[in-house]
Formats: sequence, C-alpha cells, structure tokens
Amino acid sequence: MIDIQSVTKRYGGKAVVDAVSFSVPEGSIAVLVGTSGSGKTTLLRMINQLVSQDEGAILIGGEDTRGIPGHELRRRIGYAIQGHGLFPHRTVAENIATVPRLLKWERSRIDAKVAELLTLFQLDPALYADRYPHQLSGGQQQRVGVARALAAEPKILLMDEPFGALDPVLRGTAQDELLAIQKRFGTTIVIVTHDINEAFHLGDTIAVMDKGKLLQYGHPIDLLKTPATPFVEGLVGTFDRPFRLLSLGTIASVVEPGDAPGEPIGIDKTQQEALAALMWAGAQVLPVTAEDGAKLGRVRLETLLGQAIRPQ
Amino acid sequence: MLMAAIVLAATLFLPFVVVKPNRILQGQGRSLAESLAPWAGTALTLALLLVALSLIFRLPTGVKLVITMVSLAATILALGGAAHAQLPPGNSYARVSPGSGFWLLLFGLSLATIDVIARLKPSPQFRLLLLLIAAIVIGGIFASGILSEISVIKEYSNRSDAFWAEMRRHVTLALGSMCLAFVLGVPIGVLCNRVKWLRASALNTLNILQTVPSIALFGLLILPLGWIAANIPGASAIGIAGIGVAPAFVALVLYSLLPVVANTVAGLENVPREANDAARGAGMTDMQRLVSIEFPLTFPSLLAAVRIVLIQNIGMATIAALIGGGGMGVFVFQGLGQSAMDLVLLGALPTVAMSFIAAIILGALVDFSTSPGTEARSA
Ligand SMILES: Nc1ncnc2c1ncn2[C@@H]1O[C@H](COP(=O)(O)OP(=O)(O)OP(=O)(O)O)[C@@H](O)[C@H]1O
Ligand SMILES: [Mg+2]
Repeated sequence: MIDIQSVTKRYGGKAVVDAVSFSVPEGSIAVLVGTSGSGKTTLLRMINQLVSQDEGAILIGGEDTRGIPGHELRRRIGYAIQGHGLFPHRTVAENIATVPRLLKWERSRIDAKVAELLTLFQLDPALYADRYPHQLSGGQQQRVGVARALAAEPKILLMDEPFGALDPVLRGTAQDELLAIQKRFGTTIVIVTHDINEAFHLGDTIAVMDKGKLLQYGHPIDLLKTPATPFVEGLVGTFDRPFRLLSLGTIASVVEPGDAPGEPIGIDKTQQEALAALMWAGAQVLPVTAEDGAKLGRVRLETLLGQAIRPQ
Repeated sequence: MLMAAIVLAATLFLPFVVVKPNRILQGQGRSLAESLAPWAGTALTLALLLVALSLIFRLPTGVKLVITMVSLAATILALGGAAHAQLPPGNSYARVSPGSGFWLLLFGLSLATIDVIARLKPSPQFRLLLLLIAAIVIGGIFASGILSEISVIKEYSNRSDAFWAEMRRHVTLALGSMCLAFVLGVPIGVLCNRVKWLRASALNTLNILQTVPSIALFGLLILPLGWIAANIPGASAIGIAGIGVAPAFVALVLYSLLPVVANTVAGLENVPREANDAARGAGMTDMQRLVSIEFPLTFPSLLAAVRIVLIQNIGMATIAALIGGGGMGVFVFQGLGQSAMDLVLLGALPTVAMSFIAAIILGALVDFSTSPGTEARSA
C-alpha cells in the first residue's frame, strides 16, 4: 500500500532521513520508533507530501505521490499531527469536521460522524462538541486531534505520537479503539511513538530509526529474535525481552486439552497475561475458556516458559 | 486629587465665559458665580465645590460615576444658561464664548469620569452603553437649543450646510482612505508573510513614509498627481489632481499602510504553527488555509489596525484642508486666518469627538474579538 523507496531528506546539507526504504502492506499497522530527532516526523510528513523528499520515491497504491496534487493527496490521508494542532478559533465539532467539510459531505452525515467519534474517544458530545480547544485538557485535545484525523474514514492514517498525553488507562482504551477502527475499515496506519510497549501492542511491523537511518524494519518478533544492531537490542529492552515475546503470542497457540482447577483465563488474552495469571495464582496450570465461558482446555506454566526462550 | 484641584480652581478663580462685543475682539471674563442668575450661580458653585470634595473622599465608584457625569451635564447646561443671561438683548454682534474656567472644568470632570470608568473595569457592552447615554444626553442638550447662544453654536447655525458637507467629506476621507489602505495593505501583509525577504524592505519603506511630516507629504504628492492629471487621459475626469481631495486621500492611504501591513504581518506570525500545519495536513489549499484559518486568527490584530488607522485618519484629515481637500480642517484654517477662535473650535471639537467615539467603539470591538474562543492557550 505504502512503498517508501530509498527516500532522503536533507536540511542544510545534513540528511535527516537517509535512504530509507520499507513498505507497509495494505490494512496493517507500521510503527516508527527511534530517538528524538531521528527523523520520524520528517519521514511521516513525506508520506503525505507536507515535506517533499530530495531523493527517492513514495508510492501509494502504486502511484507516485508527487504525481498527485498535494491537497488532494492529503484529503485522502488522515494525519494526526504531533501535539494536537487544533484550530483555536473552531469548536471541537468544527475541528473534527474539517476534512469532511473539505470533501463536501452532507451536513447530517458530518454531524453523525462527529458524534460517533467523540463518543468513541469517551468525550460526551453534548458536553464537548461546542467547546473551544483551550477549554479542554491536554489529553482531551489530543483525542480530538486523533478524531479529526479519522473523520473522513481515510484508507491511510498517519499518526505522530497520538496518545502521548493520555494517562495509561485512557491510552490503553484509545489503542484498542484504534485497533477496532483499523479492523473495521481495513485502514493502513503508520504511527510514531516513543512508547515501546505501544509499539509492540499496535505494530504489525516496527521500523527503528536512528540519526536518519532505518536500522531495522520487520515483525516485532524479528526485532526480539535478531536485533540488527545493539541500538535496536537496547531499544526493545534486554531484560524484559521474554515478556515482550510472550505478549506477542496468543493463548490459542499454547492451549492443550484437559481440565484444571482455578480461575479460568480467556482465550483472547496474550501469553504474557496468561503467565501473569499463573504466577499470581501460584498455579502450575489453569483452565482456558472461550468468550462465552465454554471450556476450551488448559494452559501450563511450563509451556509458557518454553515460549519465552530466545527464538532461533 | 489633581482632578479635584482642577475643578476647584476652575470653579473659583477662572472665567467661566467670555463676553465679547463681536466675534473677533477680545472679551471680558466672567466667573461662574457672576455669569448665571445670582441664585443659580452660587448654587452651582457650591455644588461643584462639593463635587471636588467628593472626588477626594472614598465613595463607591458607581456613586462617583453618577456624580461626575451629572456634573458634566450640569456644566454644559450652565454654559448655555450663562450665554442667555450675559447677552445684551437685541445685540446680534456680541458673542459669549466658553472661558478657560469652562474648559478646565470640562477637562477636570472628564478626566475624573474616565478615571472612575477605568476603575469600574467595565465590560465592552457597558462601555458602549455609556457612550450611547452620553451621545443621547449631549445630542439632547444641543437639540434643546439651550446652547444656541454660545458663540461656537452661532458659528454653526450660520453655516450649518457647509458644516455637514465638510463633515461628510471628512468622514469619507478618513473611512475611504482606511478602506483602500486595507484593500492594499492586507495583501501586502500576506505577501510579506509568505516571502521573507520582502518583509524587511516593505516594512522599512513604510516606516520611512510614516516619518515624513504630513504637510510635506501633501506637498510631495502635488507634483506626481498633477503630472498624472495632466498626462494620463481620464485621470482628471475621475478627480485626480495635484491639489484637492486626491493628494489628501493618497497621503492618508500611505500613512495608513504601515499599521495595516505591520499588524497583518504580526497577526499572521502569531497564528500557531501547528494550526497551519494541521490545516495543510487536512488537505486545505493555500487559499482555503488563508481564508478559514489564518484570517480568523489574525482578526483581532486587524481590528487593532482599524482602531489605530481610524483615529489617526480622523485627526490627519483635518490637515487635508490645507491643500484644498476639504473636511473639518476648513473651519480650523479659516478660523485661524480670521483669528476667530470660535470657528477653529467649530472644526476642532467635532474632530475630537469623532476620534473619541471611534476609540471607544473599536476598543469595545477589540475586547469582543479577544473574548473566549479566539484566544489560543499557549501549549
Ligand atoms: N523544517 C526544518 N528545517 C530544518 N531542520 C529540520 C526541519 N524539520 C526537522 N528538522 C531537523 O530534522 C531532524 C529530524 O526531525 P524530526 O522532527 O523528523 O524528528 P523526530 O524523530 O520526529 O523527533 P521527535 O521524536 O523529537 O519528534 C531534527 O534534527 C530537526 O532539527
Ligand atoms: Mg516528531
């Protein structure tokens, strides 16, 4: 869907994005991580041509982005800017309606969409729709910024640290909402974050950048299994690697027939959560149930520990 | 304290009105107590002494406001009364003019009123309401004919047609030049914001222009405009000439350009970078971004420019009369020429009043436009 082909951007002779190539398959989430100033924002903004690259090409659905008028390209791509970037003179509802208005949607459709998004991000429309941005908290502003990026149901979504100002609980729900939306619309998402947990939670693929260079791009497991450089190894965390690995696997792959006493674990949980439940219960084995409560089998501590061993 | 002293001195020691045998000769001063009927004069003098005292003591500001406003009205009414009382019956040459005491009283009381109003920290609505009340009261006093015997008003009734014609011309000059300055200045400001190297040179040029004395600028414009009128067909048909309205208008526009351009540039610069970024990211064209994001956020700054320019132009349009541009300056310069102070006042007082009204209305509008919603919370 998004093909980035050895793209370079220089500011004052210095390459802040240096010959970066990777591609994001349709309907998947790519996460950009890296140190501050490593060029993540610049790379993201080249995808929607807010910044034009000095070398290389970016293809979207096979089409070179430079062949599309900038404003038309950007109406098709949702962009949640770093910080919130809300328009201070427009209400929350008007802010969210920005792109639908540019696309000349019907009034009723816009209103419905605004209400839907506000509710989705846990902002009561009756309370917040007519407020101005300065009457919101930082976290609320950020959610409105994300809602604005989602408003026109874009096929592609670029998000620059969209949940940085949210508390851990809200951040968790916002991430889940994003995943739900992504599933529903099959959106292709590129998201920048400093939160490595968020990267592992959301990413189908992760791109690690440092000083303008792409150090590694691949499935989260690849980053754990074969970190390309010590920098990547340090970034994914040496000491909690095994837990991260478990967080990427589902219980479905380790469940075995049989029964066990104790508090059952849901089949939709990750292996990390199963391990935590076993450790907390002091049990060797716990039952696994489906969402409707039906017994599916059991999971053993030993099996999980086997899953956390460095992959070969 | 100062205001109280002014009121006291004005009431007791200075002539309230000046009675002159005709409009040009020197007159004789009369104090407030002398100039009215004995009982009224004494009563008013005492009342004003009380007012002066009340300014020194602590009273609720609301009460003070009523006191000062009523005293202002009373002072103006007394002036009318004094004129009626002092004028020899049947003598149509004699004139009664406000004396230094009256002016000082007016000044002191106005100062006190403004001071009290400022202390009330009034909302924009309240200030507009006060203005409306003042306009109605003053308009009523004029309409009632109480002041009809005052020299300035006599000058007015002798030439009321000319007065209103020049007033119209004055307002047209001031407002018209302001409009043109915005039509030209805002695009220049936008251009300066977009093209960085242009900004310094444009602002410097306008700055230099601003320092040229107005008379000199009027003079400097006579040559090129005269040349245009003479050499470009049709130019003189639309009113372009070396002297008259054209150079006055052009000069006013030139003076207005600096505040307009500077405020446009400053306003655009204050638009949060993220807002501009988000607008581009949302797929707005440059024009859409300018109209729906940048201009609304620049509006308070533009309104401030309107205030500056309007007040500046109302004052400066007075000088237009020097080169035949008309306006209230006509009376001022005629009056100076004939050393008839009343005629000078006939031109000057309305100009001051107009500036004052413009300042209050626009000040209120500026406050409206910066109330919640338009102000950004700095991140
Ligand atoms: N318009 C610009 N002009 C000059 N230099 C720029 C410009 N934009 C970015 N840079 C530089 O490019 C480098 C990369 O910036 P970028 O914003 O892409 O970093 P980032 O990875 O997003 O950092 P952060 O995590 O802090 O947001 C930085 O050194 C920055 O100073
Ligand atoms: Mg960034």
